[in-house]
Amino acid sequence: MPMAADDIETLIRTAIPDAQITITDLAGDGDHYAAHVVAESFRGLPRVRQHQAVYAALGGRMGGVLHALQLTTAVPKE
Amino acid sequence: MTDDIHARLQGLVDANDVVLFMKGSPLFPQCGFSSRAIAILGHLNVVFESVDVLQDQGVRQGIKAFSDWPTIPQLYVKGEFVGGSDIMMEMFESGELQQLMEEKGVAQAA
Repeated sequence: MPMAADDIETLIRTAIPDAQITITDLAGDGDHYAAHVVAESFRGLPRVRQHQAVYAALGGRMGGVLHALQLTTAVPKE
Repeated sequence: MTDDIHARLQGLVDANDVVLFMKGSPLFPQCGFSSRAIAILGHLNVVFESVDVLQDQGVRQGIKAFSDWPTIPQLYVKGEFVGGSDIMMEMFESGELQQLMEEKGVAQAA
């Protein structure tokens, strides 16, 4: 089952409250998304850990209902 | 994950400088993300081993727990988990992945 962009954003925001989240529906089908997550709490973490924090927020949906979520992460610019 | 699967996965990442766990083979990737990962490794021109997770359900499920990572493909360099295809793309575009391969002394493909 596809997920709504708002649901993805809510899950991420709940786990990472300071996150700035941009969700893009890549194919317009509600099933292929890109998420860009910027959070101060990512500072100092390797990229793998930043992505793992987002996956943890999605609580097991990644790789299941969310096969096609293209993820990029960053820390806020100074 | 059984001890047996864990030992096999550990053996694979220990025995090869670069290992890509993927869906399908380098010539016939079975998923766009795996295909993208192969293209990146091709551009880097490094020697790598690939493991087709579709051939073995134990490996397919085991690798997710092994890496604490929910999706395939997954890249290991010198025993260290680097990430999935999005991280590979980000690192490739910024030149970090090339740098990592050089720093780790990964062999170039002929």
